[in-house]
Amino acid sequence: MSQTAWWASESLWRKSAIWVTGVSFIFLIFLTFDTVDHITAGSKSGRVKAYSVINNRIDYVFDAKRNMQVPVIGPVEPLFGKVLTEEEAEALVSKGKLTTQSKNCMNCHTLLGNGSYYAPDLTKSWLDQSWGSKETREKSMVEFLMDPTDKLHNSLGRKMPNLGITEEEAKATVAFLKWMSSIDTNGFPANFKPLDQSDAPVATVTAEPAPKASAAPAQQ
Amino acid sequence: MSALGIISNANLNGGQKLAVKYFTVSLALFGAQVLFGLLAGIQYLNPDFLFGILDFSVNRMVHINAMVVWLLFGFIGSVYWLLEDESGTPVVGLGLGNLNFWIFTLAVVVVVLVYLLIQVGPGELKSIWLINEGREYIEAPRWADIGIVVCVLIFFFNVAATFMKGRFTGIAGVLVLDLVALAGLYLAGMWYTPNISMDQHWWWWVIHLWVEATWEVLVGCLMAYGLIKTMGVRRKIVETWLYIEVALMFGSGILGLGHHYFWIGTPEYWLTIGGFFSALEPIPLVAMVVHAVFDAGYHKLKSSNTPALAWIIGQAFGNFFGAGVWGFMHTLPQINLYTHGTQWTASHGHLAFFGAYVTMILAFFYLAIQKWRGNVWMGSNLVGSWKWKWSMFLLWTGMIAMTMALLISGYEQSQIERAIGGSDWVAYFAAQEHPWFVQGMVWRMIGGWTFAAGFVLLAWDLMTIGKRETRPALVVDAESH
Ligand code: HEC
Ligand code: HEM
Ligand code: HEM
Ligand SMILES: [Fe+2]
Repeated sequence: MSQTAWWASESLWRKSAIWVTGVSFIFLIFLTFDTVDHITAGSKSGRVKAYSVINNRIDYVFDAKRNMQVPVIGPVEPLFGKVLTEEEAEALVSKGKLTTQSKNCMNCHTLLGNGSYYAPDLTKSWLDQSWGSKETREKSMVEFLMDPTDKLHNSLGRKMPNLGITEEEAKATVAFLKWMSSIDTNGFPANFKPLDQSDAPVATVTAEPAPKASAAPAQQ
Repeated sequence: MSALGIISNANLNGGQKLAVKYFTVSLALFGAQVLFGLLAGIQYLNPDFLFGILDFSVNRMVHINAMVVWLLFGFIGSVYWLLEDESGTPVVGLGLGNLNFWIFTLAVVVVVLVYLLIQVGPGELKSIWLINEGREYIEAPRWADIGIVVCVLIFFFNVAATFMKGRFTGIAGVLVLDLVALAGLYLAGMWYTPNISMDQHWWWWVIHLWVEATWEVLVGCLMAYGLIKTMGVRRKIVETWLYIEVALMFGSGILGLGHHYFWIGTPEYWLTIGGFFSALEPIPLVAMVVHAVFDAGYHKLKSSNTPALAWIIGQAFGNFFGAGVWGFMHTLPQINLYTHGTQWTASHGHLAFFGAYVTMILAFFYLAIQKWRGNVWMGSNLVGSWKWKWSMFLLWTGMIAMTMALLISGYEQSQIERAIGGSDWVAYFAAQEHPWFVQGMVWRMIGGWTFAAGFVLLAWDLMTIGKRETRPALVVDAESH
């Protein structure tokens, strides 16, 4: 066997493998720290909003500078007529998230585009025009989640099953969906036409106003 | 050694006896995957089928979880298969390994029964601990997660300790380090957060860094061993190639993770980083094709185990097309914006998992059955060779048909639902109801049934191949120089 050329040497490639892996991994760790910062709820960059954002109107509007649709936080429009503190909002959204996990929504739907393709993407479901109007939306969503089988929206006969969702779980799930719609997803889904929320009167706050949640969440 | 052509554990070393147990469960779960895939596929065309009994979500969950587990069982089995051979010494903790196997298998059975019989729980943490986590691919409840980590650690201990006691080859080095990474990554998916962006961010660490980094390198090791075994390729060549593949795979795949960070709330810089590095990911897959095909050509396809070699060559191409080409097609953000979470993804997911991983494990099944029967002849012209040829043909044709059908539906969906419709509820169903989409779903089922026929034939073949053979295996000498 003739002398191996330098570029075919085993030890050269072993060293390359170690170095390339190490350097890539270090870059990844570095980027991960930064990314986690951005996607913590209530982060400074505002990509992922504080949970109390569910106290406000959330819209999805084209931004000419970024050349994509972005979530826009509007005036106070509390969910189920009750302004929540950040802690209360987090508990509610968390309950909703737990419901989506334990009922396995992700094996029929996509959330943020990941999951299954048997049913519509839920990223902006809160803003879907099919809920009718913004006044009836909350109620329709709760009713739908609790008993979806007879509310068919397609000619295929593809129904969502009754998953035994309680009213408490349904409301929490709606809170979770509302919160999810405020995430800055770099314009995904593109071309989405949200429910018209503009000219409707601002809902009145029925419950006792919570101390810290009067205005939009800390970031913009 | 017992008579040729008769299955006997006396033909196997300790690690291999354990390996065939893993292989048996693996094959059974492959069957379960196919069955539940068919059920889910049927529901696309006939939504009332099993509605309220086994809903789509349940079937799909069992389908993909059976896949993850049978592939893992196949990998663990394959590593135990080569362990004593490669290290030159008996497996250090074989008793422990056996116990581990039974616990692991029992846990899988319990998890699947709970999936099927309990299905969903209340929206509380305890559902996630006991029933299912509702996160695609890693739905297994938390108690099972912990069990899996313990099992993988025991497995890892066995592998590392055995290599350390015996020969620590180049393949061994890569394998051991890779297994550390594989086990460690699983931890990233083991905690709860209400924040779905954070959740999916770490979820992709598990999914992507498994299939596009650690699993790829694992099959690289198996390929290296397989080429030495079936054709006697020189170790130095194989190991040099393995290092090249590791460098290219990790160099592109680790930061390629960014192709899942386009739309989940993560910062915009991932559009550039993820797009760029994931676009490089096909390169190592090309290298693998070159490697396998070159070696096979160099040895004029003369091998001791033709079915295994055929699946290994198939792996090289399947990996390249399923992961490399099908992955590349939708990996740039400009395209992925419209294809993200459509049937495109399903098309790629099927061909990639089949091409890269199923093929390699099937190659090991064939290596195993050959030795189990006393190292019987498995060249071409073996008795009853029509079975492995036909099963291979049906599996490939079925898979390619499914992939193509899903791709066509995916094109239609990204056009009508995404580009024109804006991805809302109405637009989603406008695409799903379109005849072109429905036709794709019909063809997926035709492919699916073909695939299922291939599976039945495969199982039959594995039970019978080599049975009536009386010739001993062809001896492939290591290349001499
Ligand atoms: C077995 C599959 C399945 C499961 C599981 C499932 N869904 Fe659905 N879902 C559907 C289908 C199918 C539709 C479309 C129904 C229609 O058009 O009538 C739907 C529609 C919806 C819609 C309205 C669609 C839209 O664009 O806004 C929402 C919201 C929704 N589901 C939420 C959920 C949530 C939350 C969960 C988990 C708690 C869940 N679904 C679990 C199948 C499922
Ligand atoms: C063997 C290796 C691979 C396997 C098994 C695999 C498998 C998968 C699977 C199953 C998904 C769907 C995940 C989900 O359910 O959401 C997926 C998504 C994806 N894969 Fe791969 N993949 C592999 C390699 C690659 C490569 C090399 C590339 C790029 C060149 C790639 C690009 C993508 C992209 C962009 C997505 C996201 C799709 C979307 O936005 O919906 N994959 N892959
Ligand atoms: C009989 C053959 C099969 C049929 C009919 C089938 C059917 C299906 C169906 C209906 C889904 C759900 C897709 C959706 O969410 O819309 C699915 C998902 C999936 N299947 Fe299969 N399948 C089959 C075989 C396989 C095989 C052999 C593999 C790989 C080894 C595989 C891997 C997957 C994966 C990875 C997913 C998730 C895809 C994603 O999320 O993108 N399937 N399959
Ligand atoms: Fe990936």
